Amino acid sequence: MSERLFLKGNEAIARAAIAAGMRCYFGYPITPQNDIPEFLSTELPKVGGEFVQAESEIAAANMLLGAAACGVRAMTSSSSPGISLMQEAISYMAGSELPGVIVNMNRGGPGLGDIGPSQGDYFQSTRGGGHGDYRTLVLAPGTVQEAYDLTLLAFELAFRYRNPVLLLGDAILGQMKEPVTPRVPQQTTDPEAETWCLTGAVQRPGRVLKSLFLDDGALAEHNTRLAAKYQAMETESRAESFLVDDAQLVVVAYGSIGRIAKSTVRKLRAAGHRVGLVRPITLFPFPTAILRDLALAGKRFLTIEHNLGQMVDDVRLAVRTVTDSAFYGHLPGNLPTPNDFEAPILAALGH
Amino acid sequence: MQEIPVTRYPEVLIDRPTHYCPGCQHGIAHRLVAEALTDLGVVERTIAVSSIGCSVFLYNYLNLDTVEAPHGRAPAVATGVKRARPEAIVFTYQGDGDLASIGMAEIIHCANRGERVTVIFVNNTVYGMTGGQMAPTTLLGQKTTTCPGGRCLEREGAPIRMAEIIASLGGTAYCARVAVNTVKNVMRAKKAIRNAFQYQLDGKGFSFVEVLATCPTNWRLSPTAANERVATEMIPYFPLGTFQDCAATEEV
Repeated sequence: MSERLFLKGNEAIARAAIAAGMRCYFGYPITPQNDIPEFLSTELPKVGGEFVQAESEIAAANMLLGAAACGVRAMTSSSSPGISLMQEAISYMAGSELPGVIVNMNRGGPGLGDIGPSQGDYFQSTRGGGHGDYRTLVLAPGTVQEAYDLTLLAFELAFRYRNPVLLLGDAILGQMKEPVTPRVPQQTTDPEAETWCLTGAVQRPGRVLKSLFLDDGALAEHNTRLAAKYQAMETESRAESFLVDDAQLVVVAYGSIGRIAKSTVRKLRAAGHRVGLVRPITLFPFPTAILRDLALAGKRFLTIEHNLGQMVDDVRLAVRTVTDSAFYGHLPGNLPTPNDFEAPILAALGH
Repeated sequence: MQEIPVTRYPEVLIDRPTHYCPGCQHGIAHRLVAEALTDLGVVERTIAVSSIGCSVFLYNYLNLDTVEAPHGRAPAVATGVKRARPEAIVFTYQGDGDLASIGMAEIIHCANRGERVTVIFVNNTVYGMTGGQMAPTTLLGQKTTTCPGGRCLEREGAPIRMAEIIASLGGTAYCARVAVNTVKNVMRAKKAIRNAFQYQLDGKGFSFVEVLATCPTNWRLSPTAANERVATEMIPYFPLGTFQDCAATEEV
């Protein structure tokens, strides 16, 4: 029987990263994710790993690129303004097909915004984020246990697809404490990386990890291959479905907002309202098939987000030609409670 | 009569024509790096970090494991590589636009942390690949495509002397500025580059070699005139020498 720990979301991610075999971590201070670098600055060296406080998020993400090129499990973490600075390196990593984990504890924006929770970075996370035509896998935990589990998964997926993986939480998830069962990952190293990573060219030609393709047709070929990879990622799509079978209205919400909306759904169910929830766990790939099937089964939809409406675009794309999705946006700057979502859900139900 | 070669062509240097312009000195710098790695016997454990500019194609000429860094970020990428593979010999190869402008934060902090990496900094006083725009190292009065009237102290500030700055940082074990405009200077440059890698090999700290080089195309000069300009204009402002040598410091 494994131990139970009472952890903040940030610490759960840091512990999971060590459990997953992370060898290198690069970070830069920014609220609300500071528990991650603080924890790792003492704990990572104890297991022989390397902790570097970088001079900026730009440098941290490029250090991640360098470690990733060596085929080791590596991670960086930040929050929204810092993640904006990392987009350059993330684009290069996607172009050079390098595996790495990037944690974003989403805070309010635009600009300096605030230090509280927000889902304002949905578009940035799911549309690539930096320049060029690429995607990153995006995992969106709703509980501290899920933050732990998805951190383990993030490293697996990063190496399976040789692609950056984004773990997208928010200030709620990072700061709240919950009991966690620290699961043991099946895999903590990636021996197959030896076929492509940089080790020093011993008895073989030098390997080049790059994103520059100048020859006629070379870039088109590269992008076509990347597109096939992004298509293959579709099999990783995950979502939690809650009381949707007999629901008239399906609420779609992710992360900590999905978790709060679940409480509202439970409460409205108890009052006899036929309402359910789909909580996307992967934001890219988006769980399109699940939503489309529900649309074909005649459900109506309400997307709830902690922003002005971003994921709702993906919900609408998923159910297009069948139905549409209503939208309720709770704006960053204050914390929503389950009560805040009651009226919008009842309105969408037509009550 | 039997011919005895006085120098060997290092195997790690790929035998192919380069994309560099006639009279460009990147080729000499590439060869000196190749010779240093070969002489020290570390070719098979070397990882190169190429940067943005003409020398991004370093990997076309040196048969090494190489990763391409975003513009200016090579020292951060090299930090990640070295932390992941401490047994590797890691170097970046960067131009002056890359290192002294957009990459100023990364180079300063990499040196200051004393990362066990080597930086080969090729200073030709212009952005070469993009067409000869003003660089932080452009000399006062030098005409470029973005300071067509000549660089002006009041408007654009003075050219940055990187070797002196890097030498002042706590983590720098070795720092030198060299030129490759004469045979004598090439021999000195070879020694400096070898020293830089030796210091990394010995785990002494960060090592840095600034190589003054020509860009005849963007200077609008013939290769010969460009080479002469190194002596007449560059070296007087960018003095050659060793600016930090921790071994020498220890001896004092």
